[in-house]
Amino acid sequence: MGPGIIEVFLQYWPLFLNGLIGTLKYAFIAVLFGSMLGIVVAIINMSKNKIVSTIGSIYVNVLRGTPLLVQMYIAYFFIPMAVPALSFLSKEQCVILSLILNSSAYVSEIFRSGINAVDKGQTEAARSLGMSASHTMQKIILPQAVKNILPALANEYIAMIKETSLAGTFMLYELMYTRTLLANKFLVWQPLFIIAGIYLVVTMVLSALVRAMEKRLSVSD
Amino acid sequence: MTDEMKLIIEVVDLQKNFGDLKVLKGINEKIYKGEVVSIIGPSGGGKSTFLRCLNMLEIPDGGHVYFEGEELDANSTDLDQHRQKIGMVFQLFNVFPHLTVLDNITITPILEKKIPKEQAEKEAMELLETVGLSDKAKEYPRKLSGGQKQRLAIVRAMAMHPDVMLFDEPTSALDPEMVKGVLEVIQNLAESGMTCVIVTHEMGFARKISDRVLFIDDGIIAESGTPEELFDHPKNPRTQEFLSQVL
Ligand SMILES: Nc1ncnc2c1ncn2[C@@H]1O[C@H](COP(=O)(O)OP(=O)(O)O)[C@@H](O)[C@H]1O
Ligand SMILES: [Mg+2]
Repeated sequence: MGPGIIEVFLQYWPLFLNGLIGTLKYAFIAVLFGSMLGIVVAIINMSKNKIVSTIGSIYVNVLRGTPLLVQMYIAYFFIPMAVPALSFLSKEQCVILSLILNSSAYVSEIFRSGINAVDKGQTEAARSLGMSASHTMQKIILPQAVKNILPALANEYIAMIKETSLAGTFMLYELMYTRTLLANKFLVWQPLFIIAGIYLVVTMVLSALVRAMEKRLSVSD
Repeated sequence: MTDEMKLIIEVVDLQKNFGDLKVLKGINEKIYKGEVVSIIGPSGGGKSTFLRCLNMLEIPDGGHVYFEGEELDANSTDLDQHRQKIGMVFQLFNVFPHLTVLDNITITPILEKKIPKEQAEKEAMELLETVGLSDKAKEYPRKLSGGQKQRLAIVRAMAMHPDVMLFDEPTSALDPEMVKGVLEVIQNLAESGMTCVIVTHEMGFARKISDRVLFIDDGIIAESGTPEELFDHPKNPRTQEFLSQVL
């Protein structure tokens, strides 16, 4: 059996802390860049041109319809080979890239549904006043869509915190990777429970924050 | 030709389908400057669709709409300019909930007509005064009653200095006690010489303020005339039947 959970945690907490920092960092990078890319994907998806929007929906369906772990393996082994222009990327960066691409697919749907959830009458009112399509989007629709989008983006970040655990498979130092580090010291079961506990606490705290944010945003209704 | 006879809107053989459903089946109509035209008719007859074709919120499948002599084209970049001169008021108000009452009015003049903010706000305050909302200028629309929202929507359209105002059942979504205030605002507008096209179920109001009444049924203008002609001596059996149900 070896030492107990608490003993292991007290002895090795800096390892777990660094792992957690890695997890939060990778999830943040994935959602931040995923959001930038996701806006572009959302615009492509909402295009009136059928060919353009089909390309967008294929992108989203492939990334959402296949497991992230598979996407990571493909990125890890094939991106540098298949796309010579990207061969400067390290193995670590390839894995991060797959996190970003995966996140962009989810985020694009968050943007799309957030925009679609704004009442059509708002667009009609603005356009009937003679407001241009781009001003209508910037000044009327997006400010109202933000209320739908922000909590969903925060939830995407929470989901990503759990998803990044797969990156440990590729030796990226995030929370799950501490299991590998401690397994070398013949500590097999204790780290698993510590890691699970940390994930649970972090996601519960963040979820509570999101609920508080949703409450504040809905006050303006 | 007198000023009264200046043509504002001309509709020629207007047709609109939604899928297989033929909603407008060839409408011809001329609306002159200063006229107040009410549109009545059974639900689903195409009244809203007709009105929404006048500013291309619905894109016609056939025929032509001319505004002040120029054909409206949904794909033309001039459309926004034309729409600035065609005010529209919706059944469900469609005020902008994220903007204050004042900003609801000033945002489009500032963005699209490049009116200086101060001037736009001064003008907006004067407009709010005329509808009894000046003390609400800094509020958000959620603080307004339905009637107040609709009055806001009317002055928001007026701030663009339109040449014609389109109303689509402006009081249908209001509590009964709110209706009168909104109708008064519309009546004042009409009496000030604004050209108005009003889809309404308020028959008494239509009779009182209209120069002409159109009865739209099953995608065509089935009958039109002065309020006396239409309400007191309807010729078309469909008009007679409709009026017997609503009066
Ligand atoms: N966007 C739409 N898509 C499909 N059908 C529609 C749409 N808008 C209106 N219709 C249909 O067109 C017909 C006329 O509608 P409308 O112009 O709203 O009538 P009214 O305003 O006279 O009640 C109705 O049968 C309605 O269901
Ligand atoms: Mg209608």
